[in-house]
Amino acid sequence: MSTTTVAHHEEHHDHPTGIMRWLTTTNHKDIGTMYLTFSLIMFLVGGSMILGIRAELFKPGLQLMNPEFFNQLIGVHALIMIFAALMPAATGFANWMIPLQIGAPDMALPRLNNWGFWLLPPSAILLTLPFTLAMFGIGDGALATGWTFYPPLSVQGGIGVDFAIFAVHLLGISSVMGSINIIVTLFNMRAPGMTLMKMPMFAWGWLITAFLLVATIPVLAGAVTMLLTDRHFGTHFFDAAGGGDPIMFQHLFWFFGHPEVYILLLPVWGFIPQILEAFSRKPMYGYKAQVYSLWAIGALAVVVWAHHFFTAGMPVPALLYFMYSTMAISLPLAVLFFCWIKTMWNGSMSFETPMLFAVGWIILFGIGGLTGLVLADVAADAQYHNSYFVVAHFHYTLFAGGIMGIMAGVYYWLPKMTGHMYNEKLGKLHFWLTAISFNLTFIPQFFLGLAGMPRRIPDYALQFAEFNMISSIAAFVLGFSQLLFVYNIISCARGGQKATDQVWEGAQGLEWTLPSPPPYHSFTEQPVIK
Amino acid sequence: MVTQGMKNVGLGLLLSLAAIHANADYSWNFPEPVTPMALDTLHVHNKFMIITGIIFFVVLAIMIYSIIAHRKDKGFQAVPDKTPSTAVEIFWTLIPFAILLLIDFVIMGIPAYHSVVMMEDTRDKATMVVKITGSQWRWQYEYLDGDAQGIKFVSNLTTTDDEMHNKAEKKEHYLLDVDNHLVLPVGEKVRVLMTATDVLHNWWVPQFGSSRVAVPGFIRETWVQVEKPGTYRGQCKELCGKGHGYMPIVVDAIPMDEYKTWVAAKKEELAKAAAGSDKEWTKDDLVANGKSVYEKNCAVCHQVTGAGLPPAFPALTGSKIATSPIFGADGKYLPDSHLDRVLNGKGVMPAWKATLNDVEIASVITYERNALGNSVGDMVQPSQVKAARQ
Amino acid sequence: MATHSNNQYFVPHGSIYPAVLSAGLLSLASGFIFSLGGDKGLDHLHTPGKWMMILGAVIIMTMVFKWMGTVIGESLTGKYQNWEDKSFRIGMIVFICSEIAFFAAFFGALFYMRVLSVPDLAAFDPAFTPYKDFVGTWPSLGPGGHTQGVGGLVVSGNYVPPTNFHAMQPWGLPAINTLLLLTSGATITWAHWGLIKNNRKQLIIGMALTVALGIAFLICQALEYHHAYTEMGLTLGSGAYGATFFMLTGFHGFHVTLGTIMLIVILLRCMKGHFTPEHHFGFEGVAWYWHFVDVVWLGLFIFVYWL
Ligand code: HEA
Ligand code: HEA
Ligand code: CUA
Ligand SMILES: [Cu+2]
Repeated sequence: MSTTTVAHHEEHHDHPTGIMRWLTTTNHKDIGTMYLTFSLIMFLVGGSMILGIRAELFKPGLQLMNPEFFNQLIGVHALIMIFAALMPAATGFANWMIPLQIGAPDMALPRLNNWGFWLLPPSAILLTLPFTLAMFGIGDGALATGWTFYPPLSVQGGIGVDFAIFAVHLLGISSVMGSINIIVTLFNMRAPGMTLMKMPMFAWGWLITAFLLVATIPVLAGAVTMLLTDRHFGTHFFDAAGGGDPIMFQHLFWFFGHPEVYILLLPVWGFIPQILEAFSRKPMYGYKAQVYSLWAIGALAVVVWAHHFFTAGMPVPALLYFMYSTMAISLPLAVLFFCWIKTMWNGSMSFETPMLFAVGWIILFGIGGLTGLVLADVAADAQYHNSYFVVAHFHYTLFAGGIMGIMAGVYYWLPKMTGHMYNEKLGKLHFWLTAISFNLTFIPQFFLGLAGMPRRIPDYALQFAEFNMISSIAAFVLGFSQLLFVYNIISCARGGQKATDQVWEGAQGLEWTLPSPPPYHSFTEQPVIK
Repeated sequence: MVTQGMKNVGLGLLLSLAAIHANADYSWNFPEPVTPMALDTLHVHNKFMIITGIIFFVVLAIMIYSIIAHRKDKGFQAVPDKTPSTAVEIFWTLIPFAILLLIDFVIMGIPAYHSVVMMEDTRDKATMVVKITGSQWRWQYEYLDGDAQGIKFVSNLTTTDDEMHNKAEKKEHYLLDVDNHLVLPVGEKVRVLMTATDVLHNWWVPQFGSSRVAVPGFIRETWVQVEKPGTYRGQCKELCGKGHGYMPIVVDAIPMDEYKTWVAAKKEELAKAAAGSDKEWTKDDLVANGKSVYEKNCAVCHQVTGAGLPPAFPALTGSKIATSPIFGADGKYLPDSHLDRVLNGKGVMPAWKATLNDVEIASVITYERNALGNSVGDMVQPSQVKAARQ
Repeated sequence: MATHSNNQYFVPHGSIYPAVLSAGLLSLASGFIFSLGGDKGLDHLHTPGKWMMILGAVIIMTMVFKWMGTVIGESLTGKYQNWEDKSFRIGMIVFICSEIAFFAAFFGALFYMRVLSVPDLAAFDPAFTPYKDFVGTWPSLGPGGHTQGVGGLVVSGNYVPPTNFHAMQPWGLPAINTLLLLTSGATITWAHWGLIKNNRKQLIIGMALTVALGIAFLICQALEYHHAYTEMGLTLGSGAYGATFFMLTGFHGFHVTLGTIMLIVILLRCMKGHFTPEHHFGFEGVAWYWHFVDVVWLGLFIFVYWL
């Protein structure tokens, strides 16, 4: 009996079921599942909010809502999509796949892991509660400052801001706990013989993400804390009268905010190459080069923040420094793009849904990235800044680069997680609908931005009408095509054709050596990598 | 299959392009530049778009070729890269690295440098200074030097509520029209000082290519030099609350001589206003005048009826401040009195002493106390406001 | 990857504590918001905010102590071998890094104000500056509200810098506090040696001393704050200096409080003889935390009090 794990021993008697199983679980797969489900739900919620916005912007004039409510929807949409949809999705994959990929029995700190998840629902409540309160005449709704909390507007704002501040605090604790857990797991739980440079790319992506989170989330926490004291306890951090400066908040916020965007994508940059190699049936190109590039991005991420407020007024040397350092980020990314494409080159490719999403992802994120490169130019940014050009840019990176990347991962790992194949036809249909309607939604917004339409306005001048109409119609198609995705996932979890252990012919990595779905305890005996 | 996807994406592009031609008001690019800065940004932008466009389509072409050629269902056998010796790998991966290096720091980097320097040089050769103050939700303009010195006015949105709520036909410059335009002489380099009284705003006229955040308590600088006579429109570009979409900018650029006559006319008005603050006014005149001042400046928050939007914007009808006495026994105005609040503001309530002249303040206070469901009966004379300013 | 003395990693029971703890946090946070006063607050609705806060705090404390209790139990029943131990060590280090980042935000604010915003406010074009007689030297209370600039430039609120203001002097209480903390750093290390040499007397005396010094520090800081508010016109509201001073020292003091509580727990565990020379992460974790608090204080002393 000496080989059975202590874990086995513990878990076998009293195995809670029903709701208690989920409330108390310390199992990395259960927790991963909770993260992913939560993420999907919040994606729908955040999405439906913005559908409200797109409906209002369908034509000039105020149709559906007053400007205050409009501003509230925007900010909450963003916070939900970023903190409650995209980040939890990546963490969910980390919980599910990292132990499988590095041959560990579980995450290193299981109880902490469970706490990391259970901090999310409370923060989601805090974010959305003000809407409900407002219905009962309490307060004036959620935060109406956009997701960036800029003072003095946020100092002026109502209780929505306070709720958002504490939501951010809880989300922050959750992310830091998750990062600690992942760092520890990656350093301490790898199977014997798996050196760092043999780690799967996904693990690498997450390791750097975790470092960035630990370094930047606390700064955001500090910034919003100063906001809270400025609002209620008479400090003058962001008030010239006391010698403070509203722009200081922007520095603090974006010191977190810019790394955040790589925090969101590094895990995706991790598993996309794994998908590419699986469906090109040949090992990924330039493993080392990719790892170094990820590190380079991680390092550059924390030194370029001020490109988000070039127009706020900075000394010329500062402008130049932030412009050039920002542009420098395109260098490692060019290397990554090269490696991804070289991985496909000379492969024997087939295009199941995950591969479709991966390839579409490369192209669309390419657009997002290249437009980002343009934004980095101080002179041109005077025009782009806070125009719809920026909105289009960051949806190409966040929705295409983030969400569509996650979708590729979902289709890639779903059979492993559920033990069933999803409906391939529906999957392909979902891809095409998403890809097309996504472009129809956001390409017009590039032109709107160039033509001079500012973001965050509930109503617009007549010359912007056509493009907004196209964008709104496409947004609804985009939205409702996501219901296919939901349906496909649910039916796949319910049942369907059994999945083999290998699932995908060319798939590589330890997770595919386990049965689908994997046993409750992934690796009772660590495999040895030679 | 993916190629077909590309077709669809392309289709999307076409559709939206078609839509642009459906409307000739603007092209698919920046609106026509009328300042050196805007011209420069346009060039930078075009150059950058072409370069990134080339990168995009080249890479895309390579990908598509590979997607067509190297497919399993075509029976193509995978040819694994002979696991590259680090040297070879580095060599290959350095190529894209080098290309972007060249683009970022040479092809784009150098022109970008010059643009930045030009953009930030606000004082050299500037012949006049204009101060622009953003406040929720209107712009205030003040001429700081030259014979225009002392001219200052507020410019408010003129689009009506009915237009916004689709109750009335939307006029041509829907949401882009104001009562008082900023007037600038053509060809002069104008140094612009930016500031704000409450939250961040951003003064942006696309055709000028200059955009600066107005930070309360700070002075930021930019400059404009309009080369072509005409009327140019822009909008506030920094989220500043519920009225963010409703504080447009309209600039008239006119030849120097016309500008001079305009200045003269403005001076006249100012003189009249000054005179007005010394003469005795009747209550009815003040109330009548106050109505328009109120509806221009106060109704955004306190509503036309005076009902306000509690809790954020208190009602004036029956409000304590608007009904309790203004002046103490010594004839000085009391702290937290109606006059104090309007002059100096508090919290969200802006301080109007900088924005409105004596007559306007006297009228609006008298109006608020004797209309909007209030009937206190007293009034404030412009002369008293003038005194209160000292 | 290291080969482990035991090849079985300990995966604990499911536990309800984390979920309930989060619920407690939710109650505390929303309670706090409901009890906020002022024109932006909700207390005029007589919300049960205070009670929600108390409830939340109680839940949080019970959960933390039960959770830690379970952990101690597991450690005593030998569930944790070197492999698990290593996880805790790495975890603790990363956690302390995140704490450093948190303080970095406030130090960042301090430097920003001293080096950028305050001097900027004093350096506008003299022809137009609204702050005619404001000098951008540190310590600064800012130029004050309602400054009338050209055509009127109104800075927020009715803030008027306090007139009776004095900056905090380093060589009084602060210096004593520095001494106290540095000594406590020494005593805890001395205690650690005792633990390693299996000299329980030295261990317990060392720990007791450390706790005492921690408490002494807190008392001194309380006195300092009282002095600042009553005699020096130095409050949270006194401009850039007051804000940075109280937020930095305040959060540090908060961490000292937590640290002291942990030290007390550890002291009790030492007395119970929970730790062995080779196996005592609990002790080391807290010791590391204490040293971190110590180092932050040095930063404070130099940049907030001294320079
Ligand atoms: C995941 C999210 C994400 C990512 C990855 C990026 C990536 C980048 N972003 Fe983006 N950005 C955002 C999210 C993101 N951004 C958000 C949310 C905002 C707005 C925030 C707000 O104000 O609300 C924003 C705003 C923003 C601004 C501020 C604009 C403004 O407000 O004025 C700037 C300015 O420099 C910028 C730059 C960049 C740059 C240089 C990159 C670089 O990393 C890009 C590097 C990539 C490349 C250079 C591509 C290389 C590609 C090839 C070489 C070939 C491609 C071709 C094919 C594949 C066919 N971004
Ligand atoms: C990961 C991040 C993310 C994602 C995925 C999205 C997704 C989308 N976003 Fe979002 N967006 C942001 C991040 C994101 N956005 C950010 C950071 C901002 C800036 C905010 C700010 O200015 O502060 C922003 C702002 C923003 C704006 C600008 C608003 C303004 O400035 O005025 C617009 C306008 O079109 C927009 C549109 C969309 C659309 C159409 C989608 C679509 O992809 C959404 C797809 C639709 C769905 C997924 C809905 C599915 C649900 C149903 C079909 C109904 C069923 C519902 C239930 C069962 C509940 N977004
Ligand atoms: Cu002013 Cu937006
Ligand atoms: Cu950025």
